[in-house]
This record gives sequence, structure tokens and C-alpha cells, in this order.
Amino acid sequence: MSVDILSLTIAKARQGLQHKQFTCVELLGACYDRIRAHDGDVRAFLTLTEERAMVQAEEVDRKIDRNEPLGPLEGIPIAVKDVICTRGVRTTAASKILEQYHPPYDATIVTKLKQAGAIIVGKVNCDEFAHGASTENSAYGPSHNPWDLTRSPGGSSGGSSAALSAGFCLAALGTDTGGSTRQPGGWCNLYGLRPTYGRMSRYGLISMTSSTDTPGILAKTAEDTALLLSLLSGVDAHDATTLPSAAPSADSHMSQSAQGLTIGLPKEFFENNIDASSAQVMDQAVETLTALGATVEQVSLPHTKYGVPVYYILTPSEVSSNLGRFDGIRYGHRSPEADSLYEVYTRSRGEGFGPEAKRRIMIGTYALSSGYYDAYYKQAQKVRTIIADEVKALFKRVDVLLTPVSPHVAIKLGEKSDDPVAMYQEDVFMDTAVMAGIPALSVPAGFADGLPVGMQLMGPQLEEARLLSVAHHYESATDWITRTPTL
Amino acid sequence: MKSEKALLSTDAVRRIARLARLSLSDDEVEVFARELSDILAYVNLLQEVDTENVRVTNQVTGLSNVMREDAVVSCENPEEIIELAPEHEGNLVKVRAVFDS
Repeated sequence: MSVDILSLTIAKARQGLQHKQFTCVELLGACYDRIRAHDGDVRAFLTLTEERAMVQAEEVDRKIDRNEPLGPLEGIPIAVKDVICTRGVRTTAASKILEQYHPPYDATIVTKLKQAGAIIVGKVNCDEFAHGASTENSAYGPSHNPWDLTRSPGGSSGGSSAALSAGFCLAALGTDTGGSTRQPGGWCNLYGLRPTYGRMSRYGLISMTSSTDTPGILAKTAEDTALLLSLLSGVDAHDATTLPSAAPSADSHMSQSAQGLTIGLPKEFFENNIDASSAQVMDQAVETLTALGATVEQVSLPHTKYGVPVYYILTPSEVSSNLGRFDGIRYGHRSPEADSLYEVYTRSRGEGFGPEAKRRIMIGTYALSSGYYDAYYKQAQKVRTIIADEVKALFKRVDVLLTPVSPHVAIKLGEKSDDPVAMYQEDVFMDTAVMAGIPALSVPAGFADGLPVGMQLMGPQLEEARLLSVAHHYESATDWITRTPTL
Repeated sequence: MKSEKALLSTDAVRRIARLARLSLSDDEVEVFARELSDILAYVNLLQEVDTENVRVTNQVTGLSNVMREDAVVSCENPEEIIELAPEHEGNLVKVRAVFDS
């Protein structure tokens, strides 16, 4: 039978497979049929793994026929952002410098996906090395938003959000350094989870800003997000920053009631800082949560406006160090023009990196250079402390914070691509959680002019379950997630 | 730190590029002098924040001294790793001479 992939969730697909409503080959076939029909317009994928995926799907069908036990993600098609290493499958970080890189190992979160039985559909586009907010910094061209192909699907994990909302898969892995999972979620009517820093292993993520990088989950429902979080979390010997705390359970989205919950609305995220149509969506979302029994309190995070400047010192600084490994020696592009070892370095990097990666390497090298370190990097680390302390203190008064994901709906491709500082400011509501290392979730909250609007929930360290519970109650009271784009 | 607009000259851009081992075309040097100056002017907003007696945040996990056993672990696929090098000979990565002869 035909599979309506757009309306399927992971939870429904698991049931469908178990009850033999469709086979795994039919499920994967439906994904690849849609990819063939529409990815020419959407441009979500950089690499497809169809042959391998269909062999796996046949194996899953045999297991089902033999009534063998199935993994929690058995046969579920998932797309993986191309900054996440997949053994033997090309991983470019959307950069020319890694155009032919086939990692010799899997990222820990990819290992965990495979152990749970998931099938990787392919590798999806993003901004080069995840530097950006629109996918326009990809060396392979931008992805397009399935809700309006002239717009960006968000970034940097825009291939992930585009692929999932277009019905090319049932969930997608992203990364979130400064909003790169939440913002694409918000612009594509999807959930986007940035977990607590240390909750999910960073091993096998191509490093960007090690002090703020986290893996990210893009999914269609709170339930699917909770399932993936439960399976992908946990301490990892390969990442010394992973927390030893127990992973949340697969039903953590049902762990708490909305009744009696206090929701803080930080005024710096509203006021004159967002579009009127997005503000209206936020007002309605807050009303819905109030009707569900939550109490709302106005609060303030006065240092919010310093989040982006802090981010754009810390990030380029750490980027300039992390991208130092791309030297044309051990893997990646080596310039054929180089006449000396020095030129192997400079030319390989000059030819291989795109404009934004170069910009960040330059800013970071400057900010960390002798005489400037204290004024830039150290000052940014101190302001980071102020922002983090400010938000942590609020959690003594409120249970969660609610904000818009973005000041506006998805931007037009080309709208801001010539102005780096304007593009940086797209992160304006994203950086608070980054500075504090706390979990944050974007939740489909409605539409403005036919385009998705996301609300962001932030909670204390390790309290993903609280965010997912609020989201789940909200989702049950609304029908936003049932809306799908027309391609 | 200065706050006027032209924070970085083209000479400064060339010096930073040398430190970063990054070859830039003359056009890129011109563009970066302008763009990097804009970015620095923007992030200079941080100078107005009073950070006296504020500690730095290096990490947010609260973990310290994460230890593992100091044991040798063998690599299961050394050939696969060597194969990734742009040039290799046997089990060795081939590079340009480090010292001038």
C-alpha cells in the first residue's frame, strides 16, 4: 500500500510496521519517491544512501515476518546533518575542503541510532561547518523552505528541517551551537531540541565551538522528540564533557502536568523586538497554556542584547582553533599548487574554505592574538557568566521561560546573505540557552501569513522532560503539527 | 581597544591571515578589512558591560577531572585512516619537507 509519509510520525510508523499496515521497504520507498519528486526544488540532501537503506529495509521486513524483537527505531528513516560523521558515508560539513571525506568512524549519536535500528536516508545540507542561520553559507548552495521555496528553511541545520518537513524522512539529526536546530525547527513547523550541554555526546560532530556545540533533534511531535532524546543521551567515554546523569525516559513528554506551572515571559524577547504577526501568535500560545492551567509571569533578562556579541567572539575564537586541523596533511583537500609546506597549509585552506569560515577564522585569530585576548575573549567569557547567572536565577521563580524562536518568519533567500552582521543577529533569541548550557526546545506554535512560527521553551539544566511535557500539553490542545506544506 | 570604524587595515588583515595560515586574494583582503571591521565594531558593544569581579565561564557542565583508565586501545582500521591522506606511502602520510635542505 502507499504510505502517506507527510502525516506519519515515528510513533505511527512503528505501529504501522508492527501491525503490517505497510512494509519497511514501502516506508523507505515512499521517502525516496518524495525525494526524487521534490528534492530538486528543496535541495535538502548532499548525499543519499538509498542502496544501503533499501538493503536494511529488507532486513527489517524479514525480522518482522519472523516476529523477531524490534529495536525502538527499527526501520525508521532518519536524515543526518552533514557535520555529523557517518562511517564510510561522505561527510562534507557542506565544505569544499571535505568534499571527498569518508569518515573512518561513526559519531556516537549515529552509533546509537544504528543500535536502535534506525535507517539513515542520507546526509543533509547545512551552512558550511554549521556557520550560519540560513544554509546560504553551504558550499553546495542553499536549501529551500518547503513552506515557501523562495525562503530559507533556517540554519545551520536547514537541510535537516527542509528534509523533515518535506516528508523525506521521519526525523533528522542536527546540531545546535547558537540556535542551529531550534531556529530551523521554528521556520518549518517542527520541534527542534537543543539538549542540556553534556546530555548527548559530541563525539563525531565536526567541531565548531566546543564550549557550546550540542547535537540537536528535529522531530514532528513532542513524543518523537522524547523518544529520540531517551535513545541518544548518555555518558560517552569519547566525550569527557558528557554528563553522567541518567537519560530521560521515552515517555518524558508525559511526566509533568501543565497545571500549576509557572511560565516566565522575558520582556526583552517581546516588546518592540518582534514582528506584530509573530507577536500575535505568541499571545495566542500563552493564552492556550494559561487555559491549560499554567500561570504566566512577566520577567526580565536585561543582558539579552549582549548574547549575540558574546557569541560572535567565543565562536570565531573556538572556530579558528577547531578549523586549524584542516591543514591539507592528513585528510581533506590538499592544494596541488603548493610549493612548500607553508603553502600546503595556506593554499589548501584558502582554496577549501568558503567566505564565512574564512571570516570566522580571521576574527578568531585576531581576538585570540597577543594583546587582544583579554579585551575580546576574556571579556566575552565574563559577559557569558552574567547572562548565564541571570537566566539560572530566574528558574528559582519560574518553571520554564517562553519566548519566540525568531523575531520574524523564515527570511527570503538572499535577503541577508550580503550582510554578515545582520545574519548574526538572526540568533538574537537563541544565545541565552547557549551561554547557560541549559536545554531549549522550539515548538510549532502557529502561522503568520501562512508561514510557521515557533515558540521557544527554556528550562533548567537536565530538565528536558519539563519542556517536552509543556510542549506535549500544548500540542494536544492545538492542531499546528497536523499542517504540512504543499510541494 | 579602539572603537572607531576602520578597526582593521589591509595590512592587519594580511598579518592575521599569515597567523591563520590562510591564503587570501587581494580582493578578499579588501572585503575582509571592511567586513571584519564591521563585525569588531558590533562586538565592541561588550566593552560597556561592567565585568569587574565577574569570573570567566570556560565550561558549563560543572564536571572536573574526568578520568579514564590510562590504557592502550588498538585501532581497528588503520588502513582506512591512512587512505584518507591526500598522499601516502605504505602506512605513512606523505608531506613536504619540514626543513629547507
